[in-house]
Amino acid sequence: MISDWIPVVLFYAFAGVLLASALAVITVRNSVYAALLLVLAFFSAAALWMLLEAEFLAITLVLVYVGAVMVLFLFVVMMLDVKSREKHALGGYGKVAIAVAVAMLLEMVMLFAGKLAAGLPETSLTRHAADYSNVRALAEELFTRYVFPFELAAVLLLVAIVAAILLTLRRRPDFKHLDPARQIAVKASDRMRVIKMPAEPQSSGDDK
Amino acid sequence: MSLSHYLIVAGVLFVIGLAGLFANRRNILIMLMSIELMLLAVNTNFVAFSSYLNDISGQVFVFFILTVAAAEAAIGLAILVVLFRNRRSLDVEQLDTLKG
Repeated sequence: MISDWIPVVLFYAFAGVLLASALAVITVRNSVYAALLLVLAFFSAAALWMLLEAEFLAITLVLVYVGAVMVLFLFVVMMLDVKSREKHALGGYGKVAIAVAVAMLLEMVMLFAGKLAAGLPETSLTRHAADYSNVRALAEELFTRYVFPFELAAVLLLVAIVAAILLTLRRRPDFKHLDPARQIAVKASDRMRVIKMPAEPQSSGDDK
Repeated sequence: MSLSHYLIVAGVLFVIGLAGLFANRRNILIMLMSIELMLLAVNTNFVAFSSYLNDISGQVFVFFILTVAAAEAAIGLAILVVLFRNRRSLDVEQLDTLKG
């Protein structure tokens, strides 16, 4: 049946784009291209999550990463005026990187093929009915069992905002600015000084 | 599509991110992007297990990872901007002031 083949074709298409763009992110020389390719990688990953019926997280990934984090990355890349990377695509560390990657992949394959593969759950994805709402299910869990971590996450984001602003804040000495604390602390005696001085004698009109 | 397909894709993505971390020692910005790739692989694993085990808790966890990763990216880039202002370079090899 053709409807069985559609998810398979979509999976291989998006997984291929995801891995190819991820590989391109770490090899292209221009940092702007790397950021844009990372956007493509995130977008393909969101499509994969959509295939897994995690619709809310897929949309969140697009909104938060493609919309916010990657714009931040692009902004920083363009602001910093980074010189393009050296001629060799993988720098001087290409061999080390490949060795570490192969070792890590071998470890994963050995672990996965050896012990863990037998314990994997059954192979079919449980397809929900059309009226099933992923957002509702997620919200019910998030706002009951995980409501305290949820609020902690909000505090964490607030701390991150404050930290990011404070880190990049720069006081320029030649920049005129008001200090509200000093404005409030000022007293009337600071503003006006009454000087006692002897009265000038009245001259007898010789300045006419 | 079985769970193994997603796990293999996530594993390869994680390894690509790890290789990027080692290969791009000249540019700390690309290193941050590699960390984002690795986090994406981990999140994909969480979502895949959550869907195949029919347990929504995995997706809640991904939600929190996304929050922390966004905070990490914001603060990391802020540190990067300050670093570039002071050193005029993004080369990790040159950050050896503490070596003595």
